[in-house]
Amino acid sequence: MSLYEEIGGEAAVNAAVDIFYRKVLKDARINYFFTDVDMVRQAAKQKAFLTMAFGGPHSYTGEDMRKGHAHLVARGLNDSHFDAVMENIAATLTELNVPANLIAQAAAIAESTRNDVLGK
Amino acid sequence: MPNILYAGQSYTCEGQSVLDCLTAQGVSIPASCRAGSCQTCLMCAVSGTLPKQSQRGLKPTLVAQHYFKACSCYPETDLEVQLPNTALGKIDAQVVSLDALNNEIIGVRLRPVSPFPYHAGQFINLYQNDSTARCYSLASVPSIDDTLTLHVRRVPNGVVSNWIADQLKVGDTVAISAASGDCFYVAGQPAQNILLVGTGSGLAPLYGIVRDALQQGHQGDIGLYHGSTQIAGLYLVEALRDLAQAHPNFHYIPCISDEVPPADYRHGMVLDVVLKDLPDLKGYRVFLCGNPNMVKAAQQEAFFAGASLRDIFADPF
Ligand SMILES: Cc1cc2nc3c(=O)[nH]c(=O)nc-3n(C[C@H](O)[C@H](O)[C@H](O)COP(=O)(O)OP(=O)(O)OC[C@H]3O[C@@H](n4cnc5c(N)ncnc54)[C@H](O)[C@@H]3O)c2cc1C
Ligand code: HEM
Ligand code: FES
Repeated sequence: MSLYEEIGGEAAVNAAVDIFYRKVLKDARINYFFTDVDMVRQAAKQKAFLTMAFGGPHSYTGEDMRKGHAHLVARGLNDSHFDAVMENIAATLTELNVPANLIAQAAAIAESTRNDVLGK
Repeated sequence: MPNILYAGQSYTCEGQSVLDCLTAQGVSIPASCRAGSCQTCLMCAVSGTLPKQSQRGLKPTLVAQHYFKACSCYPETDLEVQLPNTALGKIDAQVVSLDALNNEIIGVRLRPVSPFPYHAGQFINLYQNDSTARCYSLASVPSIDDTLTLHVRRVPNGVVSNWIADQLKVGDTVAISAASGDCFYVAGQPAQNILLVGTGSGLAPLYGIVRDALQQGHQGDIGLYHGSTQIAGLYLVEALRDLAQAHPNFHYIPCISDEVPPADYRHGMVLDVVLKDLPDLKGYRVFLCGNPNMVKAAQQEAFFAGASLRDIFADPF
């Protein structure tokens, strides 16, 4: 079984979207990156984001991640913001009672996008 | 720098949207929200690659035919574009009546010449002419009303709203588009609570959605909060009070922010009143329409109060 299926597939992502995005919007370290983005459209993006982090099916390439965050890098997106997002992912999964070994696997997938997201 | 070929002319597009590029150079393209949500600026690509963003939210049939939203299209390569076939999706409708709902909002009733499927709360484009159109929401309900009803607010110096208010006459024929948008009632969860919040003519879609939900036998609580600075800015107050009388699960709460209103109104900004009455929105379906600042703030507050992102529907205008 893949990590995505073990975590609970689309249903888990749906449950995680609200929890994760509430955390992000309340996190003063990073929320200002999200204030210009339409919330309803943001829901679809958060879903894409978490599906990816949970090792689920997605069609994003490293190049897409670079392009998709380039305007944020221009606004100062750096490692500290990336770390904050990683923290929020882990906290979300903990809240959903996902076992620690699966959280570690999800974190590793998200971590693997660091250079592309930060345009390094 | 990508070039845009339109009507035999080439235009250089410097980090702009196709819409901004063409309009900056004097080409007239219909547009309304300029933010990708209304589809007024629909164009069609004859050749070239469209950025994904420019087709987001379009029906698969339109995507397959290379339609895209000019306001959301930042081309990376050369594009040849045209306006959609002028007949595409346009339908003639006859103006049946024009009534003042208050001193700035007009109720416009239209009868389309051919069958017109829609959901209460969706919006149509109303064309003043081939190159000028604006979105208006549907306050009517297909299973209740035999005409389409719009609530048009006269915007100071606004081109189309003043044309509707001053020039349009009963009996005229106007072109409208098919209905679109996802701000409408979907049956299937009859016990879910529903919150609707609007300002000004933002009542139009909400009035449609409320009556649609009640007509379909919705059982959960339905709370409609309509806000204005003054009592004169509200409308359909009596109709909504009657509706609340007839349906115990429907509550109508008119809110006045500037003047201190009589006891049968609430005093305060509409969003503040909502959050005071309903601090916990977990499980609610939420509809937000009207003033863009109110809508944006309300989206966030409703989400923080527990509503799921998937259950929040909004039309800022
Ligand atoms: C999804 C959706 C649903 C909608 N539903 C409704 C509805 O139900 N009822 C309703 O009343 N409206 C609704 N609207 C808003 C509507 O589409 C129009 O935007 C509104 O009627 C104003 O159009 P207008 O042509 O009168 O004004 P416009 O001519 O577009 O002008 C709008 C404002 O911009 C200013 N302006 C115009 N040109 C310039 C310029 N060159 N420089 C500086 N300022 C300028 C005007 O003074 C005016 O204040 C909706 C919009 C959307 C996107
Ligand atoms: C942890 C690794 C990350 C992954 C896997 C990731 C993934 C994604 C994906 C898939 C999208 C949607 C792209 C689209 O379809 O348009 C997106 C958009 C976005 N991301 Fe990330 N992201 C990551 C980190 C971050 C960080 C650290 C921030 C800021 C603190 C951030 C802020 C945003 C914003 C604001 C958008 C919306 C951009 C816009 O529409 O303007 N992301 N991300
Ligand atoms: S003007 Fe482009 S979608 Fe509204």
